[in-house]
Amino acid sequence: MSILIDKNTRVITQGITGKTGMFHTKMCMEYANGENCFVAGVTPKKGGQSYEGIPIFETVAEAKKQTGATASVIYVPPPFAAAAIDEAVDAGLELVICITEGIPVRDMIKTRYRMQGKSTILIGPNCPGVITPEEIKIGIMPGHIHKKGRIGVVSRSGTLTYEAVGQLMDLGLGQSTCVGIGGDPVNGLKHLDVMRMFNDDPETDAVIMVGEIGGDDEETCARWMKTHMRKPVIGFIAGVTAPPGKRMGHAGAIISGGKGTAQEKLAVMEECGIKVTKNPADMGRLLKSVL
Amino acid sequence: MNVHEYQGKEILRKYGVATPRGIPCFSVDEAVKAAETLGGKVWVVKAQIHAGGRGKGGGVKVAKSIDEVRDYASKILGMTLVTHQTGPEGRLVKRLLVEEGADIKKELYVGMVVDRATQRVTLMASSEGGMDIEHVAEHTPEKIFKVSIDPVKGLSDAEGDEMARKIGVPDIAVPQARAFMQSLYKAFDEIDCSLAEINPLIYTSDNKVLALDAKLNFDSNALYRHPEIVAMRDLDEEDPAEVEASKFDLAYISLDGDIGCLVNGAGLAMATMDVIKLYGGSPANFLDVGGGATTEKVTEAFKIMLKNPHLKAILVNIFGGIMKCDVIANGVITAAREVQLKVPLVVRMKGTNEELGRQILKDSGLPIISANNMAEAAERVVAAAKGIKATEETEGTK
Repeated sequence: MSILIDKNTRVITQGITGKTGMFHTKMCMEYANGENCFVAGVTPKKGGQSYEGIPIFETVAEAKKQTGATASVIYVPPPFAAAAIDEAVDAGLELVICITEGIPVRDMIKTRYRMQGKSTILIGPNCPGVITPEEIKIGIMPGHIHKKGRIGVVSRSGTLTYEAVGQLMDLGLGQSTCVGIGGDPVNGLKHLDVMRMFNDDPETDAVIMVGEIGGDDEETCARWMKTHMRKPVIGFIAGVTAPPGKRMGHAGAIISGGKGTAQEKLAVMEECGIKVTKNPADMGRLLKSVL
Repeated sequence: MNVHEYQGKEILRKYGVATPRGIPCFSVDEAVKAAETLGGKVWVVKAQIHAGGRGKGGGVKVAKSIDEVRDYASKILGMTLVTHQTGPEGRLVKRLLVEEGADIKKELYVGMVVDRATQRVTLMASSEGGMDIEHVAEHTPEKIFKVSIDPVKGLSDAEGDEMARKIGVPDIAVPQARAFMQSLYKAFDEIDCSLAEINPLIYTSDNKVLALDAKLNFDSNALYRHPEIVAMRDLDEEDPAEVEASKFDLAYISLDGDIGCLVNGAGLAMATMDVIKLYGGSPANFLDVGGGATTEKVTEAFKIMLKNPHLKAILVNIFGGIMKCDVIANGVITAAREVQLKVPLVVRMKGTNEELGRQILKDSGLPIISANNMAEAAERVVAAAKGIKATEETEGTK
């Protein structure tokens, strides 16, 4: 088992005819069971065409109806990406993974409002996606740096997640599922949501939690873990050296009003019994030490 | 993106937010003329910089005659204003706002931010206006009231009235205060603000509710739909290196250390700064070249970092995933040659074809120091910045 996705997941690519959508759909199809998993594409006005042997539809609803897909991945440009999420939610997909970076916050506020009471799970936006190694990858992460195993990874960052995976691999540790929840302030799943899933996943033994400055998702997750988490978790928070009031690349990575500092997050995590490291080169070794 | 107070007020007036009358000025003569145009007996001369705490720093003066307006305008224009938000180097004042004086009976606070937990805009208000709201939040949090605004319905009349009463607006002015907050939210929503702060919001002896100050920040992801706001951008208020970097779609933030970092991905870029600090060094910048790290971007990034006179060494930390390490290595070499790199360069590459990448760096003949992991990279770049020659793996030195 794994969380969120496995080899039986059937996926629609929204924005499949764009440069990014084409490239990454191909990469995902070449990974493990990707050829079976990626079953449809959606681009308005391009219905009836095909890409790499998979049919393109006008709408998500049509793609779902024709292929039975339950998940989508979005590479639609920022001005239209929130509407693409809305469409996937309205079509009743179970899982929507939005890779697009640069969606206006106001659009995401409206989209999240529309999602209230709906069962669709959103991951991202501004995220690398999700991978269950040797089964399926949905997103832009390099597949071959992963291998199947029993460590869960949840992170707000892209390359820093790959870094954590790389360190695990150097120690021979594979991953159950790696989830990039994205760097935007208004988004879908938070650390806490993913942590609950790892807690309940019989094939995950321990978790690396990678956070960064801004907001208090890591603290919320840590407080929950203190009483509920049955598995060892180690944490790293990026941005101990980040100056206040500056947006550090990610829209959500900003210390505002003295809140959201890495120091504060690390302190709360430690209080809650989570082993943390201030050295990003030490994530893998620390995880191995708690197994 | 930020705008000046006078620009913020101009925007807000269009949405029906009440402000004192005022005129922006770029010279002493303009300031005098503005005061004459406004009429009355009292004017406020306000320095326009993108930082708070201007009053304490001497950048806001109340003038009781035209002569005083002239006097204050000449003192403030051209001064280097230091506030708790500018840093010790301060900010040169190039613009003024001359406003009609207001008869302040009470100073209040109204602000709006995007709240990540509720995923909505939160209205915050307080009876404690005119001071640092973070100070109020820390010492008297019971004096700050919050309401989460429904993204579809907006701020309701009832919510607005309740909030106005809670912060001590007298009954006679409650409808005005409510309309003020509703207009402010309408503006916030329509023009994609990330923050709006009216501190102070005042009510006057004749029971008017006015924005005495206005601070607006905008969501940079949404600027494409607001060209009128982009036109208000004042590059003098921004770090030149950051402005230059933004032209090449590089996320760059200047810091006060001496080790330049060039990294792909924002999280890894922050982690790289952190690890440099951990090994006793000090990062000169945050720099995310994006997932791709192309030769063009690396070259431009080198050029921008090299303009920093304090720079003593550079650390390139790339996780090559989709982009292969050999391609990145060639990019780094091309870029280093083009800018005739004089400072020590430490390169750490991880991912696809990393062995090949390292070989390419070694064969380049350039004095590039290789590192196998982030810790080693940090150690080596800190040593290099301190002028200590790395004992091993110093490759290609002549």
